[in-house]
Amino acid sequence: MSKRIDVSGLSAYYGSFRAIEDISMTVEPRTVTAFIGPSGCGKSTFLRTLNRMHEVTPGGRVEGKVMLDEENLYGTGVDPVAVRREVGMVFQRPNPFPTMSVYDNVAAGLRLSGSYKKSELGDIVEKSLKGANLWNEVKDRLNKPGSGLSGGQQQRLCIARAIAVEPKVLLMDEPCSALDPISTLAIEDLIGELKERFTIVIVTHNMQQAARVSDKTAFFNLAAVGQPGKLIEIDDTERIFSNPSVQATEDYISGRFG
Amino acid sequence: MDITTKNSDANPPAAPQPPTAEEKRAARGATRLGDRVFLGLSRGSGILLLVVMAAIAIFLTYRAAIAISKDEGNFLTTFEWNTNATPPVFGVAVLAFGTVISSIIAMVIAVPVAVAIALFLTHYAPRKLSGPIAYVIDLLAAVPSIVYGLWGALILVPNMKGLFGWLNDYFGWTGIFSWQEGAPRSMLTVGILLAIMILPVITNVSREVFRQTPRMNEEAALALGATRWEVIRMAVLPFGRSGVISASMLGLGRALGETMAVATVLSPSFLIQTSLLDPGGGTFAQNIAAKFGEATEYGRDALIASGLVLFVITLVVNGAARAIIARRAEYSGANA
Repeated sequence: MSKRIDVSGLSAYYGSFRAIEDISMTVEPRTVTAFIGPSGCGKSTFLRTLNRMHEVTPGGRVEGKVMLDEENLYGTGVDPVAVRREVGMVFQRPNPFPTMSVYDNVAAGLRLSGSYKKSELGDIVEKSLKGANLWNEVKDRLNKPGSGLSGGQQQRLCIARAIAVEPKVLLMDEPCSALDPISTLAIEDLIGELKERFTIVIVTHNMQQAARVSDKTAFFNLAAVGQPGKLIEIDDTERIFSNPSVQATEDYISGRFG
Repeated sequence: MDITTKNSDANPPAAPQPPTAEEKRAARGATRLGDRVFLGLSRGSGILLLVVMAAIAIFLTYRAAIAISKDEGNFLTTFEWNTNATPPVFGVAVLAFGTVISSIIAMVIAVPVAVAIALFLTHYAPRKLSGPIAYVIDLLAAVPSIVYGLWGALILVPNMKGLFGWLNDYFGWTGIFSWQEGAPRSMLTVGILLAIMILPVITNVSREVFRQTPRMNEEAALALGATRWEVIRMAVLPFGRSGVISASMLGLGRALGETMAVATVLSPSFLIQTSLLDPGGGTFAQNIAAKFGEATEYGRDALIASGLVLFVITLVVNGAARAIIARRAEYSGANA
């Protein structure tokens, strides 16, 4: 049950500083969209506006519209807590709850929403761990602390935790930047499988990764330090990496800056 | 490049030699004057501390042994403190009971309130408000205990009658909260006063612990759709658990050993009241303060023996707290 994201005229602020300016784009369901761009261009900030996580930062403020199918996430009366249950997120550094077991980590979101039958909980946990390609590695240690797993396993545990609540969209903020190449490959394979079920948006600093996993790529840039970041272009990944329509994109991809 | 290659060919690496005494010293980092001085100072301080501790322990145990050997009553179970009688009769049962009960009351009241204040300051209050509140709590910790004692005796005691009457009316049937209309200089009053006294230290330490909750754990909970309270339950409290236990132990240490405030408020006697509301009982520290001035040398030895029991109780409580923390160490936030 993935959904379309339709962003229009979105700006985000830290206090009085405008971090991103006037971003509009559409993300189709069951696709992977990669955000690339130099550091500080606001791609992570933009990602965090898609599940209303930006506003938990002190001074964080958003203007504009984010439509998830027919629903405006920033409409009046919309509960950010409910939004985050529809739009899951995986972070840069693996962050399983250190005080919880593997099982409890995956079950954490379900227990929050309360939308499950007790008898089903074990099945959902197993299904989510299988969905994150982690089941075979942890099935004998479900009651061990989640923080005891390797970095790559912890990140897949976080993915299992995010997909257990059946979100409509899955946001990933540089999910592989703290992982070794083999764990990275495991996550990339997983992204390919997950896009059958979810709309996926991934921020990455690794352009090969963007080329490998995504259907569409969005390039962000900023005019200078202290200026707001902007969306330069979004297009089919193949096109962005072979024949982008904006010169700055080509310069960035070919390594001339950034 | 060529030259170095030739050189290393000409001189094959020598077999490793066992380190000389000079090298061993260098490995310990004690060759420079500054290092030697610092090493001597820190090692000396450590040894001095152990020597002082041992001297105190030996002195106390020796004097206590003298006292206990002449005690005609059972030192642990006698409800009496008469060191001037011939033969002397005294026991610590009443003191142990009073000390433990008043501290339990204090903890039951203070810990939840302190944790709530700490959570409010770190996760709810706007920054403008949390700074001044934290400052006031720091001030509370600095008030001398005799001032708390005077406040307790002059303000708290006269105003306890309403509460005592209410407790007696609704919970008197339990026996624990029955009240015979005596002066409210009882264990409950002492416990409430102790709770106020230990509140600042528990609050301050808990606040520091909660503030160090990793931001990424809180964000993980938020991104799952947790409300603010659920973030606290999922990320903040489990992370701060061992810290809160340590904070409580600091507070408990103060409650167990508090002297002047208890002595000023409690109306002491050598009997155990089943009701927390009826006056009477005593604590180790209060009893020592009350009896020390007029005690004979033998009487002082007996008081020292009671002090040793307090010391043992403190050790046991601390050990238990450490065991609780260690039991779930692999789940602690420190593994994150």
